[in-house]
Amino acid sequence: MEKFVVHTGTAVPLRRSNVDTDQIIPAEYLKRITRHGFEDGLFAAWRKDPDFVLNRPEHAGATVLVAGPDFGTGSSREHAVWALQDYGFAVVLSSRFADIFRGNSGKGGLLTAQVDQSVIESLWAAIEADPDLLVTVDLEQREVRAGDLSAPFTVDDYVRWRLMEGLDDIGITLQYSDAITAFEATRPAWKPTTVG
Amino acid sequence: MGRTLAEKVWDDHVVRRAEGEPDLLYIDLHLVHEVTSPQAFDGLRASGRPVRRPDLTLATEDHNVPTIDIDKPIADPISRAQVDALRRNCAEFGVPVYSLGDVEQGIVHVVGPQLGLTQPGMTVVCGDSHTSTHGAFGALAFGIGTSEVEHVLATQTLPLKPFRTMAITVDGDLPAGVTAKDIILAIIARIGTGGGQGYVLEYRGSAIRGLSMEGRMTLCNMSIEAGARAGMVAPDETTFEYLKGRPHAPAGAEWDAAVAYWRSLPTDDDARFDAEVVIDASTLSPFVTWGTNPGQGLPLSASVPSPDDAVDDVDRVAIERALEYMDLVPGTPLREVGIDTVFVGSCTNGRIEDLRAAASVMRGRRVADSVRMLVVPGSVRVKQQAEAEGLDQVFRDAGAEWREAGCSMCLAMNPDKLAPGERSASTSNRNFEGRQGPGGRTHLVSPAVAAATAVTGHLSSPADLEPNAGSI
Ligand code: SF4
Repeated sequence: MEKFVVHTGTAVPLRRSNVDTDQIIPAEYLKRITRHGFEDGLFAAWRKDPDFVLNRPEHAGATVLVAGPDFGTGSSREHAVWALQDYGFAVVLSSRFADIFRGNSGKGGLLTAQVDQSVIESLWAAIEADPDLLVTVDLEQREVRAGDLSAPFTVDDYVRWRLMEGLDDIGITLQYSDAITAFEATRPAWKPTTVG
Repeated sequence: MGRTLAEKVWDDHVVRRAEGEPDLLYIDLHLVHEVTSPQAFDGLRASGRPVRRPDLTLATEDHNVPTIDIDKPIADPISRAQVDALRRNCAEFGVPVYSLGDVEQGIVHVVGPQLGLTQPGMTVVCGDSHTSTHGAFGALAFGIGTSEVEHVLATQTLPLKPFRTMAITVDGDLPAGVTAKDIILAIIARIGTGGGQGYVLEYRGSAIRGLSMEGRMTLCNMSIEAGARAGMVAPDETTFEYLKGRPHAPAGAEWDAAVAYWRSLPTDDDARFDAEVVIDASTLSPFVTWGTNPGQGLPLSASVPSPDDAVDDVDRVAIERALEYMDLVPGTPLREVGIDTVFVGSCTNGRIEDLRAAASVMRGRRVADSVRMLVVPGSVRVKQQAEAEGLDQVFRDAGAEWREAGCSMCLAMNPDKLAPGERSASTSNRNFEGRQGPGGRTHLVSPAVAAATAVTGHLSSPADLEPNAGSI
């Protein structure tokens, strides 16, 4: 996983609340067998509407999603995080995230930065006025900046540390490989293996 | 203070413990199937990581496999893609796999125990919620998500926060005709589908001790339907008897060493559980579900409930919605509910003892003209054993379909589905809306009730049938 310290990019204003994971990626995309390539499923139902904000040319290439409250509710599918990342998003800003979605995001390396709804409103207005506005999300300072706006965001300490170190769960555990090897040496010989 | 069975197994698997962090737990056995593993293998490939212990990992094809014409290519492209991906991934990463056509193929939770791979005191995981089945041996066994599957493949460990423990004590004598399935349906009806949330359940008491391993697996299998992370039964002579001589069970001096350890596992007398539920076995009777979650169950002798029976508004809405989906009228005796399809199988009730129980009811009887009955063994080995005992002939003579091994109509990922509006009596574990096919209606039952229902065409227990010279 790449280290995440400061991210700067253009943003998409998603003026919707209670965006559940079935909206983020509908169930029909879950039958796939790959870990990547879910960008076409992101907000699939909404994207059928040519006016949907993600379809507007001025927001092409955006990497920051500015969403309404209660983002990521519903079923616990990890594909929701994958779809957002595959589409190119590195950060989602919202005033409230669903717990499981937030947990999955932390695992997957997608930053979910929680800000006051007033900040979301200001960002929506600013981005709509200037779609090229660069939004900076500074994980070190826990601060989001855009134009003359600057506001703090909250993020779980442990998740912040992991993102800044660029460590996924597996990477963290592999730091303890010696302990795992030592444990394996103590396992009784009669414990079964699946071969022979 | 003493420790519970679950705590002992946990403590014996801690690789690393640090203040404020989850324990890193070693995993003894990782079972894999085609639905939840492809992205995990893909993740390994993307990061260039190998499978740490392919020799503690075992894959089998079960969810998608057809139960007829298994020598032909799988027709559904998505099912075929998942199965093909599993075979490719297992070949690339060196993981042993039992594919369709192999004598060891079957439902992942049937295969592990029958090979003797599931043993007391082990940690067992699988990307499947019914991994709780393996707790019947006194193993700590639970389902995990796809990113955790990748984690276990790469490290053979999982960082985990401790569970709480709940004792479910079932004491007393079970009335004749009451099975493990009835016990667990009654437990879930009592504590609710969220009653076990955050807990590892330990089933205890004389009625549990009296169950066979198959019965204990049925019980532990459905722990997840009570919201629990896992279910366990302490190992005892019944456990050892089942394991002895199985292909992967220890032998000789190793067997003695293993049994000595296994005997140390049962919960200490002075151990404390975080919660406790006590059930009087003598009050139990054959149980069936009427609604759309496994907690919506009642004794077969009861009637379809009414929204007026609700304990609160949430419950009232749930009952109304379930009655509408199930197309049932309050007050109808459950015995009068007509059934179109009977399914005997799944990781809950697809073992040899389950097939024997169903066959003993079917012997010398006929499936009602209005009913189709599918009997799907949980594994190829179960199928072979049943055929050696002539059970397949009993089912065929009765007019039932005898199929190849797999998950089949438990979740309808393969061609075995209910048609919209069709009603089943099913020995599986989930009666959710559409679980057995879009619009299908499911009543969860034991194998004996399933068989009796096939004969009468409406929900019935063997006690309702006319005596039959051919039956036992
Ligand atoms: S039989 Fe049903 S519950 Fe069991 S593993 Fe298969 S699909 Fe899951």
